[in-house]
Amino acid sequence: MTPPIGSEPRIATPAEEGLAAKPTSLWTDTRRNILRQRVAQVGLVLLGTLLAIAISAPVIATHGPDDTSGIDEGLVTAGLLGPCIHLLGCPADRPQHLLGIDRNGRDEYSRVVYGARVSLLVGVATVSFAIAIGTLLGSIAGYAGGWLDNLIMRLMDVLLAFPSLILAIAMVTVLGPGLVNATFAIGIVAIPVYARVMRASVLSIKERDFVVASRALGESSRGILLRRILPNALTPLIVVGTLGIAGAILEVAALSFLGLGAQPPLAEWGSMIGLDRNQLFSAPHLIVVPGIALSLSVLGFNLLGDGLRDALDPRLNR
Amino acid sequence: MLRFVVRRLLLTIPVLFGIVFVVFALARVLPGDPCVAALQERANPATCATFNARYGLDEPITTQFWIYLTDLSHGDLGDSISQGRPVAEILIERLPVTIELTLFALTLATLLGIVLGVISASRRNSAVDVGTMVGANIGVSTPVFVLGLILIWIFAVLLKDSPFVLPPGGRMTAGVTVTPLVESWGLTELAGPLRSVVDFFSNMFVLNSLITGQWEALGDALRHLILPAVALGTIPLSIIARMTRSSLLDVLGQDYVRTARAKGLAERAVVLRHGLRNAILPVVTVIGLSLGGLLAGAVLTESIFGLSGIGKMITDGVTSRDYAVVQGLTLVTAVIYVTVNLIVDISYAFLDPRIRLQ
Repeated sequence: MTPPIGSEPRIATPAEEGLAAKPTSLWTDTRRNILRQRVAQVGLVLLGTLLAIAISAPVIATHGPDDTSGIDEGLVTAGLLGPCIHLLGCPADRPQHLLGIDRNGRDEYSRVVYGARVSLLVGVATVSFAIAIGTLLGSIAGYAGGWLDNLIMRLMDVLLAFPSLILAIAMVTVLGPGLVNATFAIGIVAIPVYARVMRASVLSIKERDFVVASRALGESSRGILLRRILPNALTPLIVVGTLGIAGAILEVAALSFLGLGAQPPLAEWGSMIGLDRNQLFSAPHLIVVPGIALSLSVLGFNLLGDGLRDALDPRLNR
Repeated sequence: MLRFVVRRLLLTIPVLFGIVFVVFALARVLPGDPCVAALQERANPATCATFNARYGLDEPITTQFWIYLTDLSHGDLGDSISQGRPVAEILIERLPVTIELTLFALTLATLLGIVLGVISASRRNSAVDVGTMVGANIGVSTPVFVLGLILIWIFAVLLKDSPFVLPPGGRMTAGVTVTPLVESWGLTELAGPLRSVVDFFSNMFVLNSLITGQWEALGDALRHLILPAVALGTIPLSIIARMTRSSLLDVLGQDYVRTARAKGLAERAVVLRHGLRNAILPVVTVIGLSLGGLLAGAVLTESIFGLSGIGKMITDGVTSRDYAVVQGLTLVTAVIYVTVNLIVDISYAFLDPRIRLQ
């Protein structure tokens, strides 16, 4: 029986999944559920485009990201920062720059294209790092309980008590500016979220019959955590993680905008906007174009995350 | 009720202690010598020895923490190396700007967010609803600094010759000034902590000009606040609108709402009196939590609009590697954030008896 359109997607309870369902069926269900959501579809299209741009950057970019040939062409001094597209009536003797050039004579379009690589990589790296540490801490806390649980979770509470970007700024001040340090700082700040999600999952799963059964069969604590609990706790982690990538991209871009993240000449959207912000009055596209690229990437992850949440886990539905 | 408040207060103490510890530990645990960080190229064994002795960095780490705690209890946040005066002094000067900006953005986000959320929920799937939700999705995805710069471009550049022109930054137009409260009230003789308090409120230009009736200054200060407040408030606005909508939709599906409708109550009364009243609780929580984002966003907003609040002070502190400033302000923003959420939690208990009975 197919449910009527618009009804709640049928979700197997974690117990059912753990006992009977093959791992593939969760994914098949999920894929079907996600594809039914228009929000998630838009998100997937945006992210697909972003990924395609990031992968094919050397092919679709017209210039290298650090190629300052615009200076040699005398365009900066001539004040010709604006776009020059032959199809739209740019003089044929002027070199073509689809979105004009930046303050340093670099092709803006190519830099925006290459920027997709940095933001995608940074977003995924930050969240992977935070999930790795957060999951570990959360599962220890949830599984061990007692004073260890208390210690870990109070520490997480303290980290959550800071506005995240401000704590990251403080960390980067000590570590020194740079994309790696900024990514690391944002990653650290994001840990508590995943630790909490993981701990909640572990707590709800560890007393289930199938876990008790494997314990009775003599499976080690590590085996129970990795093979029984973790697979069943993945769903909320994936949802929170997808939304987390959106947040991480925003925050790393914000640090780069302030000059604390990506350092010139790296083509990173936040840093491009930060460096060219004074051109706002003469060449606003230098801010608007990377800005839109940034927003669309974040939007893509946000929409996909929302869609995943609705598709995977109605309990998280707010 | 009292027991709940006391319990909640007691739970906050370890968190506050933890915050102090983290801020303290950051400077010591992370790689990077604080002396080298502060003195840069002037750092050598001799200058570092003096520096370490001056700031107690040569003491054992536990003693250092104790000194730090003692200093904090006296309201001493350390000295700014770049400005050569106490961080607490700079803070009192700068905080009003940030408070004004943040409150403005939060008020805007709350009022508009709840109104849009209510309209969206009561006219589900209408053009207003779809528009609001699409807008909210774009709103949460747009970085504060991008939105801020685009707003400046639109209102200060494109609309330069229209009546909608707005200033691109600063707190006041050159030439327009707000008379400090001490002068308006003839208190120039005042000194000490009371003077600081008066100066503190005096530096909130909108509040100051409002209570002393300096209308020209009030209008000017407000006009300067619009763009920063919109840039800063858009993300919380989107979150609040979404939260109000989904919470209200939940409530409107309840049996008692059906009963209210069945007894012939006007739709307006159903939505506002029966619906919104019960749907507002999660929204209050979100408002409290969004303050963290606002304080962080203020760093970016103040940098873009050239407002000399604590956010600008943090970025300046970072650029000049003035760690005492960054450390002090990180501590203060975290304490503000925790305190506000404590207040939200307690007010939540007032609003919802179920919470305090748990």
